Amino acid sequence: MWGKEERKLFTEVIRSKWFGFSVGLFLLLLILPFFIPRFYVYILALIFVTSLLAMSLNLVVGHGGLFQFHHGVFYGVGAYTVALMLKKTSLPMWTGFIAGPILAAIIGFIIGWFCVRLTRLYFGMLQISLGSLIWAIVFRWYSFTGGDDGIPGIPMPPLLSSSKGSYYFILIILILCLIAMYMILKSPFGNTLQAIRDNPQRCEAVGINVKRYQLIAIVIATFFAGVAGVLFVVLERSVFTELLFWVLSLEIFIMCLLGGWFTFAGPMLGAGIIVALRTFVGIFTEYWTLILGIMLILLIFFLPEGVMGYLEKIFKPRTKEAAKGGSE
Amino acid sequence: MDFSAFSSQFLVGLSRAMILFVVCAGLSFVLGVLRVPNIAHGSLYMIGAFATFSLTKLIPGSAGFWIALIVAPLLVALVSLIAERALFCHLYQREHLMLLLFTFAISLILGDLVKIVWGAEYRSVSAPALLKGSISILGASLPRYNLFLLIIGPLVAMALWLFTNKTKIGKISRAAAVDREMVGVLGINVSWVFASAFVIGCYLAGVGGALVAPIASITLGMGHSLIIEAFLIVTIGGLGNMWGALVGSLIFGLTQSLGVLFWPQFAIVFPYVAVVIVLLLRPKGLLKSVW
Repeated sequence: MWGKEERKLFTEVIRSKWFGFSVGLFLLLLILPFFIPRFYVYILALIFVTSLLAMSLNLVVGHGGLFQFHHGVFYGVGAYTVALMLKKTSLPMWTGFIAGPILAAIIGFIIGWFCVRLTRLYFGMLQISLGSLIWAIVFRWYSFTGGDDGIPGIPMPPLLSSSKGSYYFILIILILCLIAMYMILKSPFGNTLQAIRDNPQRCEAVGINVKRYQLIAIVIATFFAGVAGVLFVVLERSVFTELLFWVLSLEIFIMCLLGGWFTFAGPMLGAGIIVALRTFVGIFTEYWTLILGIMLILLIFFLPEGVMGYLEKIFKPRTKEAAKGGSE
Repeated sequence: MDFSAFSSQFLVGLSRAMILFVVCAGLSFVLGVLRVPNIAHGSLYMIGAFATFSLTKLIPGSAGFWIALIVAPLLVALVSLIAERALFCHLYQREHLMLLLFTFAISLILGDLVKIVWGAEYRSVSAPALLKGSISILGASLPRYNLFLLIIGPLVAMALWLFTNKTKIGKISRAAAVDREMVGVLGINVSWVFASAFVIGCYLAGVGGALVAPIASITLGMGHSLIIEAFLIVTIGGLGNMWGALVGSLIFGLTQSLGVLFWPQFAIVFPYVAVVIVLLLRPKGLLKSVW
């Protein structure tokens, strides 16, 4: 279990300069709810949920090089599954929490199985088609999913119904998922995935089953998206069809772009910036999407590698490692 | 189910398919030449519909609608020309994902601009006097406006065919769709080919918006829901293939309107199911893609 590879990875993590920063940030987030008002606790928890969603998308987009255009569907499936199970059945709630991500991963497998047969934009268009099918069903099935009214007032166990309780639950799940994602990316599987991103032809030539690797990556990413969906329900205690609409999917894309595709923590930063901006800009103006659009254009023109990518480029001396992300 | 209900739904579906075709032909044209799924296409369609509303308010009588049918698409084309020349043309060297996200940014901005200019209320346009009322065909009564759409659709298809096959710019853009580097090598300014293709595609979105104005309520969300349908249609038709857009529109429009007869609640699901079936059988679309 604790082999040579893992030990090497572990020491590498401990020694990296980000490690101290992350642990400090984690400790800060642990004590923060005792000092700030409830509203900010809620915003922080929302940032955690969105971060997990953006990180899961970046597994396939940034590290896998796939055009996963409709990631929001899996988020929505996870959220709707747990919402429906808590609302309509009397099964213990933990089964719902487990079923959400698993069903998201199953849907991810089915949609991914069709999509990996195609490449690039065709992949993305097919995924939008299949995702929209699921959206249309949820949108129309009034008797089961509540249609465009969504499902309000989902019962939560007392442990998770306080704002601090849900905050800590979401934070802990987020940390566990981040560790899992980091291990996946540093594993041989993750390395192969990134190799496929950089040069699919060569990978195919040396005997890697490219499509199988991509499909596995999609299933993993959709699983984590499902986890994010469950956390969303824990936080908001309601679901609505916007979760599955394509506009949300592209907003997550913007978060990954803003933070930086080719960095590990970039999408979290992007999600934090977008959620915080939306909250505080929303106080002053109702034209938030206008600002988001202008921001996106500026980003595309001046900062195509994202905030994290930019910072890394400044602080890292130019080595082979640093040049790796920028190629292609 | 009697025959008149069937034929009425069939004709309504066919006329809805004509509007979809006009919009999707534009999307497909841009896809073919620029290789970018233009997400802002839906917003431009929405602007076309809102502009038609304003023009019919401005010019009383039925002349208003006919003038709007000419002017509104030109306005949309102007908006797209500005967006293309000011911003989009600097990005052609970038990877496609960036171009796609750029069109998403434009759609976000246009969505809010429409909200600023026209507000968030529902709007409606009445059809001109000539096209009011209904006539009976095949034992079903069909609104005259839908009949008008059934005539307009083939006209647009014919005009597009003439444009792409008989005019020089059409031929160049078809060539650019297949091999843009070769077109550049021949000394043609590819940047302007792209610009004109983009503007023509967006013009068609405006035409679609103007055509749909009298039979739909004009709202802020109409662009967002249309663009997904349009994406599906061009995907099942074969990306960048204009006749594919026609076939896709017919499949989409007819399955939706005939689905109403069988299962009204889930009528919007039928086209998606049809799309999935088509993609299972032919993952790259029914007709040949230009890619």
